[in-house]
Amino acid sequence: MTAVLGETWVLARRELTHWRQQPAGVIVNWLFTVMIALMFGGLFGGAIGADYFDYLMPGMFALAMFFGVEATMTAVSTDAAKGVTDRFRSLPINSASVVLGRCLADLMNSAVGLAVLVGAAAALGWRWHEGPGRALTAFGLLLLLRFALLWVGIFLGLVVKGPESVTMVQILVWPVGFLSGVFVDPATMPSWLGTIAQWNPLSATAAASRELFGNPGLVPDHALLLAVLWPLLLTAVFLPLSVHRHRRLGS
Amino acid sequence: MAELAISADGVRKTYRGAQTPALDGFDLQVPRGTVCGLLGPNGAGKTTAVRILATLMRLDAGRALVAGHDVTTRAAQVRQRIGLVGQYTAVDEILSGRQNLVLFGRLNHLGKARAATRADALLERFGLAEAGGKPVAKYSGGMRRRLDLATSLIVSPEVLFVDEPTTGLDPQGRQEVWSALRELVAGGTTILLTTQYLEEADQLAGRIAMLWHGRVVSEGTPDELKAAIGDDWIDLAFADAEQACRALPAVALHADGEPRFEQHRISVPVRQRTRALIAISTALAAEGIEPVEVNLRRPTLDEVFLDLHRKQGDKQEVAA
Repeated sequence: MTAVLGETWVLARRELTHWRQQPAGVIVNWLFTVMIALMFGGLFGGAIGADYFDYLMPGMFALAMFFGVEATMTAVSTDAAKGVTDRFRSLPINSASVVLGRCLADLMNSAVGLAVLVGAAAALGWRWHEGPGRALTAFGLLLLLRFALLWVGIFLGLVVKGPESVTMVQILVWPVGFLSGVFVDPATMPSWLGTIAQWNPLSATAAASRELFGNPGLVPDHALLLAVLWPLLLTAVFLPLSVHRHRRLGS
Repeated sequence: MAELAISADGVRKTYRGAQTPALDGFDLQVPRGTVCGLLGPNGAGKTTAVRILATLMRLDAGRALVAGHDVTTRAAQVRQRIGLVGQYTAVDEILSGRQNLVLFGRLNHLGKARAATRADALLERFGLAEAGGKPVAKYSGGMRRRLDLATSLIVSPEVLFVDEPTTGLDPQGRQEVWSALRELVAGGTTILLTTQYLEEADQLAGRIAMLWHGRVVSEGTPDELKAAIGDDWIDLAFADAEQACRALPAVALHADGEPRFEQHRISVPVRQRTRALIAISTALAAEGIEPVEVNLRRPTLDEVFLDLHRKQGDKQEVAA
């Protein structure tokens, strides 16, 4: 067990070294969501309503977690295509360490990204109103969503043929992001689209965060419960799938 | 009997959805401390064999032992004793050469200080000391391959698998990798080297096993193999098919085997190269035929394998 922890840390550290080697790429990634928040909050806020920025930010936090799928998938498929995954597999290490190292590194990355976005939002006037305890719970839920999406990213990274296919996912994250309660209330959408958006896991986390932060927006029933259940369900589906895919590398 | 570092016995592997097996009764014995060249054309099963022996892939049938341990049932023990240099450079391109070596040292359970000293020693040994701090993305092909080799030698492995080490390298990169491998060979590491080039196997390996359609069809020292490879070939091209037709009897007369005839081209195997060349030229001159092209060459690997296959088929027929 201690061996697994040590190996996991060594592998997660590799990602941290990547940040140091290529700081520009990582920082641009963190600032990307800030830019999106500024674009929508600043450009659309005037048309939508004065408190739109407060409504938008919890959604943006959830969207930032969702963007992580792409990062995880790129890293996993690059390692597989370059043969680095094979080299790891030929080493006397536990195969769980490789996956856990990826988890730890990507969670750290997303946590920093979230902190940057929260900092930027706070600088522009966004606040939480229900106390630090509930705010921390909201951040916990956001990272829980990111944890669940890790497995989606790992699975996709192992399924696709090389990092080139990542472009497709990069395009697909947008409709999935928009078809949710991230930017606007699904109730304002055409009814069938609204229903889909309502069921989007991003909507659950966004709505629960709004409630916990005390930000405006109609919060549907059971928002908190759904924000816990959705990530658990995603994990329950994609964790075994990822493990299965990883095993199949050898068949 | 010398102790075997690698022993494969009737290994079979068919990929999901494939019509023909990638390995079809693969047998190989490599004694400890020797270098075996696994020579074969593209698609012969070389990489599949290496991946199975390095525990990256499961075999369907048969048995394989590496460093005394079964690759199927004791994969973890095998992994502690092998190094793998895959067909593509498997190093982290964002990290520097040194950071790569430290990373893989740590993953081989070396302590921090030990991993660092080992990294420096290996950089020195493979002529990468100066470039050690640069990101691998800036390395040349030959440098990457050498770093790849260094990475698999962090903990001196009992058995080293090297899969097509010079494919895609320029001549200088090839020389660099060869001299690095030669040093290892001198150090007594057991190496299984796969290659498409007879010259490469000849340069580095003490014994060569020829792989064709997932099966070892011939095995021996480079000299034995070269003898078995047989004759040189003379390729002749004529202005048109009709001229070639007229030339055929004269050419066939001086050939040491069946001529191959295709439109305006004739290829014949010859044993005594210069004598045959003179004889054929003289005969053609006497007929008043002027070939547009005359070429004397060693057989291609494909011809060697086809030839081996035919001889084997003959043997089997005789046996049956």
